[in-house]
Amino acid sequence: MQAYVVSNLVVGLLVAGVALVAWRAWRSRLWREAAAGVARRRPASLAVVLLFVGVALLDAVSWIGAPREDEALSLRKPRSLIDRAFPVDWNERSYSRPLAAVEFYGGRALRHPGKHLLGTDIIGRDVLHLTLKGARVALLVGGLTTLIVIPLALLFGVSAGYRGGRWDDFVFFLISTLAAMPSLLLLIALIAVLGRGPVQVCVALGVTGWVGLCRLVRGETLKLRELDYVRAARALGVSEVRILFRHLLPNLMHLVVITAVLLFSGLVLSEAVLSWLGIGIDGSWGQMIDQARDELSRDPPIVWNLLSASLALFALILAVNRVGDAVRDVLDPRTAGDAG
Amino acid sequence: MLSYVIRRTAYGFVVVLGVLFFLFVLFFGAVKPEDMALRAIGEKAPPEAIQQWIVNHGYDRPRLWNPEDPTDTLLVEHFRSMLSFDFGRSDIDDVEISRRLREGIGPSLSLTVPLLILGVLFGISLSLFVAYFRGTYIDTVGVTLCVLGMSVSIVIYIIGGQYLIGKTLRWFPISGFDPSPGVVLRFLALPITVALAAGIGESVRFYRTVFLEETHRDYVRTARAKGCGDGRVMAHHVLRNSLIPILTQVVMAIPFLFTGSLLLESFFGIPGLGAMTVEAIHDNDFSTLRVMVFIGSLAFIAGQILTDLSYALVDTRVRLE
Amino acid sequence: MSERVLTVEGLSTRFPGSDGPVAVVEDVSFEIDRGEVLALVGESGCGKSMTAFSLLRLVPRPGRIAARRIEICGRDVLSLPVPEMRQVRGREAAMIFQEPMTSLNPVQTAGAQVVEAIRLHERIDTGAARRRTVELFDRVGIPDPDARFDAYPHQLSGGMKQRVMIAMALSSHPKLLIVDEPTTALDVTIQAQILDLLRELQRESGTSILLITHDLGIVNELADRVSVMYAARLVEEGRRETILGAARHPYTQGLLRSIPGLARRGEPLAEIPGVVPAPEEWPPGCHFAGRCERALECCATTRPDETRLADEHVVSCHVVAREASR
Repeated sequence: MQAYVVSNLVVGLLVAGVALVAWRAWRSRLWREAAAGVARRRPASLAVVLLFVGVALLDAVSWIGAPREDEALSLRKPRSLIDRAFPVDWNERSYSRPLAAVEFYGGRALRHPGKHLLGTDIIGRDVLHLTLKGARVALLVGGLTTLIVIPLALLFGVSAGYRGGRWDDFVFFLISTLAAMPSLLLLIALIAVLGRGPVQVCVALGVTGWVGLCRLVRGETLKLRELDYVRAARALGVSEVRILFRHLLPNLMHLVVITAVLLFSGLVLSEAVLSWLGIGIDGSWGQMIDQARDELSRDPPIVWNLLSASLALFALILAVNRVGDAVRDVLDPRTAGDAG
Repeated sequence: MLSYVIRRTAYGFVVVLGVLFFLFVLFFGAVKPEDMALRAIGEKAPPEAIQQWIVNHGYDRPRLWNPEDPTDTLLVEHFRSMLSFDFGRSDIDDVEISRRLREGIGPSLSLTVPLLILGVLFGISLSLFVAYFRGTYIDTVGVTLCVLGMSVSIVIYIIGGQYLIGKTLRWFPISGFDPSPGVVLRFLALPITVALAAGIGESVRFYRTVFLEETHRDYVRTARAKGCGDGRVMAHHVLRNSLIPILTQVVMAIPFLFTGSLLLESFFGIPGLGAMTVEAIHDNDFSTLRVMVFIGSLAFIAGQILTDLSYALVDTRVRLE
Repeated sequence: MSERVLTVEGLSTRFPGSDGPVAVVEDVSFEIDRGEVLALVGESGCGKSMTAFSLLRLVPRPGRIAARRIEICGRDVLSLPVPEMRQVRGREAAMIFQEPMTSLNPVQTAGAQVVEAIRLHERIDTGAARRRTVELFDRVGIPDPDARFDAYPHQLSGGMKQRVMIAMALSSHPKLLIVDEPTTALDVTIQAQILDLLRELQRESGTSILLITHDLGIVNELADRVSVMYAARLVEEGRRETILGAARHPYTQGLLRSIPGLARRGEPLAEIPGVVPAPEEWPPGCHFAGRCERALECCATTRPDETRLADEHVVSCHVVAREASR
């Protein structure tokens, strides 16, 4: 099958999956009120996050005639809906200031004078175009990895906390071992061994990110297991599986949601660091920042490339952090009682 | 108490073995010696050169099981060399890794130790200040600044710091290192400032949460009812009860003293262990990478054990269990 | 002549709410004379603890205290600058809290905490302070007081912790002791011991006590006078015998009727129908109007005035007012 069909399918499945979860959650009053609470406290940040998600989705859908990865990066052939928003010969030859009519070095006239809102980079690519495409990478890194990490952490954490015994010993040992390795070092080692593609980076980030959530879930399960209502259910003869799904899991979800949102921003920032070390994902904002590193030292300095990527990264992370804080205020049982 | 120490250390050792096993699987399971050789000496090398390289670096042994001599496998050699700190040579330039470690640790420590001390001091004092003014605009402004600060990637702080302070204001050199006593501070000033600025947001937010939680406890109310002033309440009662989470942060940061900060060292030109690691990534120097991850893990595990032990010293409830 | 130890006039304590400030204590007034024990009685959430906090200006932010007058031993508490207020706390008036489990600093020894209380209010060296503390421990019935000085709170039982709190409160010889639900968190046998202790101490030293409780049994044991609170307001006050034997306010009567000990076997327990409404639902008139069986039309709309009956008995109720004027 063509690559684009696969990627479209993946995106479609993801969206459908998220929609399904959201619909299930909406039916419970707790989650409905929580969502409303978050929307009430941080409407602007939530809107920003949704905006980025929208842009990322637009960039994720591609179709017939889609070029290979390397061609896509030079932006010479359109691959996604975002690409289609720009004319085919949009690229210039080299640097140009935002909204300039001429090239930065040499002063030759541009093909599209005054139209490049954020300027162009060293090989003439439109910076706005690149920045928009960076959203997809950021959401890939943050979102996909988080979506993989959560079921994994839940599976191991809940089973370990609930079952106890040998299995718990093993899981605890596994967590301790992985947690003993400083995460950046472990990331680097994993990527060195696995290779440098986007999938490998996501896998590496997943391996390092999974441990924290698993430990949290395990600890919480250990606590919940001893609570009276679980004991009561067991005494009534309720099957273990039912207890897990109806009693334990729903009471873990608030912790999972809070952690997941914070995990997201941590992952995106980690990818930026990896890009800076040269082992990130192509097309990410981190990579744009890395490529723009020496542009500041030129005379006169070239800032638009760097600023654009930095601001986009900052905006997304700030919005996610603020939404995350609101989510925690609403869901954390210790603070949920506060007037909002 | 003694039995606790012994148990804790023993488990730490078990984890060390786990780490070593994981590293073995990662480095030797996923990559073949031939690939390592190719990456080291180039794609175009003739087969004899590859074979020679493999033998030189000791990778010619079977991985798991050698019917002739069970102790002569990569697995055994890996464990032996790591546990005995006999790290061998770099895959790329053949330099003894132990020597590199000894050379690099000084610069790393000179960067990370002041950073840790200053970070904790600033973090605690600023958050005590903000927590004291809870509910007022100082608190709101403080928290907002923290969230803003946390949302900026450290990468930006480094670039910004280098540009603003190094280039425009020219207060400190942008990069480089000179260990001589009078000069070394000038080269450390910028990376330390940048790292402090990048980390202060998260620190203050964390400590503030801890202090606020303690401030709401009943015994604080009792203290006030006795007639304690706010200053005494914060410094004497709240701080002492917050020591456990604070200690966790501080002691857990100790391992990083050794591994050095990869980003700071590589971009400010400080020849420490972090820079060594970054070089190893770029050169695909697996043997050095293995050692660095191992050392980092050792430091981490030691840090965790120290943290657990320090809890016992600070919180009497733990001690008597 | 007996001196006034505590005068409270028109105390209101407000917290910001979603629809404007909510008064959790509304226009409360009472006095305590030297050597008296006044019990402030009411259900959970009626504002009695907050009243006590307000006296020492310990109301947590963002609450605000407003009153015409609060005087402790003649000093106007509301206008005192903070350093002087701190001198009042612990020395003129001391407070004992409801939860001994969490009211002591877990990382300080019991003795150290009492020493701190002593040294906050007088210049005395640590040796003398220690001796005084050990004496206090002995006085409040802590066995082996010298060893207990160095004990940490988690090594002490609930009853022991409460005794430490009492010792701490008495350490600077306060004229007024505010005791908030002293026995709620303890089991029954310990409750009796603590009550005996309080009664003994009160008789010996003539300290006045403001006793906050929902337990009418304790009121019977310790109180000289009783004030009944409901939903932030005082509804009835009087001498102990009057209130416990001849209460006039419908709420107080309901409370007394619902004591389980009075029920007869086989009959349902008497109760006051309904639940205490949330502050947002308080009617502008009498707060009890919604649950009162004898409510008149004016009860929900107009706040009742105080009706003075014989012998220091005061009731805030339209029904009682009408009955009295006949």
